[in-house]
Amino acid sequence: MSSVVDKINGAVRRVPTWAVYILYLLPVPWLLYLAQTGGLGREPIKALEHELGEIALQLLIIGLCITPLRQHLGLNLLKFRRTLGLLAFTYVALHLLVWVVLDMSLLWGQMWADIWKRPYITIGMAGFMALLPLAITSNNLSVRKMGAASWRKLHKLTYVAVILGGIHYIWLVKGIQFEPIIYMAVILGLIALRYKRLLK
Amino acid sequence: MAMRWKNTLKDHHVTDEAVFMNRRSLMGGAAAGLGLASIGATASFAQTDELVASSYEDITQYNNYYEFGTGKDDPAKYAKALTTEPWTVKIDGMVDKPGDYAFEDIMKAMTIEERIYRFRCVEAWSMVIPWNGFELADLLGMAGVQSGAKYVALETALVPDEMPGVKYPVLEWPYVEGLRLDEAMHPLTMMATGIYGKDIPNQNGAPLRLVVPWKYGFKSIKSVVRITLTDKQPPTSWNKANAREYGFYSNVNPEVNHPRWSQASERVIGGGLFSKRIPTLMMNGYEAEVGSLYAGMDLSKDI
Repeated sequence: MSSVVDKINGAVRRVPTWAVYILYLLPVPWLLYLAQTGGLGREPIKALEHELGEIALQLLIIGLCITPLRQHLGLNLLKFRRTLGLLAFTYVALHLLVWVVLDMSLLWGQMWADIWKRPYITIGMAGFMALLPLAITSNNLSVRKMGAASWRKLHKLTYVAVILGGIHYIWLVKGIQFEPIIYMAVILGLIALRYKRLLK
Repeated sequence: MAMRWKNTLKDHHVTDEAVFMNRRSLMGGAAAGLGLASIGATASFAQTDELVASSYEDITQYNNYYEFGTGKDDPAKYAKALTTEPWTVKIDGMVDKPGDYAFEDIMKAMTIEERIYRFRCVEAWSMVIPWNGFELADLLGMAGVQSGAKYVALETALVPDEMPGVKYPVLEWPYVEGLRLDEAMHPLTMMATGIYGKDIPNQNGAPLRLVVPWKYGFKSIKSVVRITLTDKQPPTSWNKANAREYGFYSNVNPEVNHPRWSQASERVIGGGLFSKRIPTLMMNGYEAEVGSLYAGMDLSKDI
């Protein structure tokens, strides 16, 4: 077991983070291509919006796995945590951009009303706002300037953001549907794994 | 009393289906003479001329029918499994002739006509659909509505072996809907048995489904197996699931905020990635015809 983990850790050390960026940004042109060619179905706007949102949520969840994988299995993927976080933010931003430009046709009045009146949009927007300072401070300069302790404290907002993302998904579907509930269960499970540390 | 309403959407808007055009030219003359003036059936709309019937593919490949799954393409994928022959509709409750009515017998007694209606989903998307069918009033007349009846309850088939979606408790099955009797008897209210002159595909609610064009799409219950006349307001599926969001009336109303979607605008399906939203019309553009049904009601409360 430990030899396998060592091998993985060794392999991981050789994978540059830019490779992960490129790999995980490939879905963007692919989805745009599908949307234009009918691959996303008869209503490509909603489909594109949902795909981007779902990828963002998956990236946030993968990011949450890094610490438990290291603590429980000794698997060290720490170097990818910032990469995953910034990619997740990118997808959330694209998701928001599709909503603003394609879905809502830049109808600012209606969007403003939606942000305040429709709880799932309020929550989604709050999740985006929670990620914004994290994206801005995801660089070495910010860590140095803020000091490691307060930087870490700020970045606990990740947990808030991912929970808001999960609620956003559950709330936006009609009726009781399984997929968003499964996402939420995984998110809560991953947060529960570190509840002791979070309480400190 | 068939042909009580005349299409306000123009014939030339349905041009991509040659079969349909041929049938239309035969029936156009008959339809023109029989509109009931008292219902305001000939009212025209400024928006009318700009509307184009949705493509057959959009109508039949993008819709909700949760018995077959919650995805928009699930109905087209899975509804083939539904057995629609033989089909009977149980008509019971406060009627003179309760019983099981065979679909063929209903079709023999009814006059099939075309109605090009706007269709507005509560999820803020819309289509324009050329339905074929008959007025619900004619079917109710066949069974004889008793004087005490005030509401009509309708029920969708529940066939677990053929409906993969009913394994999940998205809603309480079977799907049920209801109308006030005057809504049900209104000439706009129809039972559709076809689209573009073809038999209605399973995913759109074969062999017969309700169409109430001034209400959000979920009121237009599919694959109807039972119609009950009653003096009490019947339960409706989405209202049972979430009363705050889905009222009994659920008339299309751009001014009433739905907690989940702004109803002020809608996207017409079929415009691709850069399709713009258009403003939603009061009662989906049928206010002239049906507004009087709700005189004296506060439509912001009686949603």
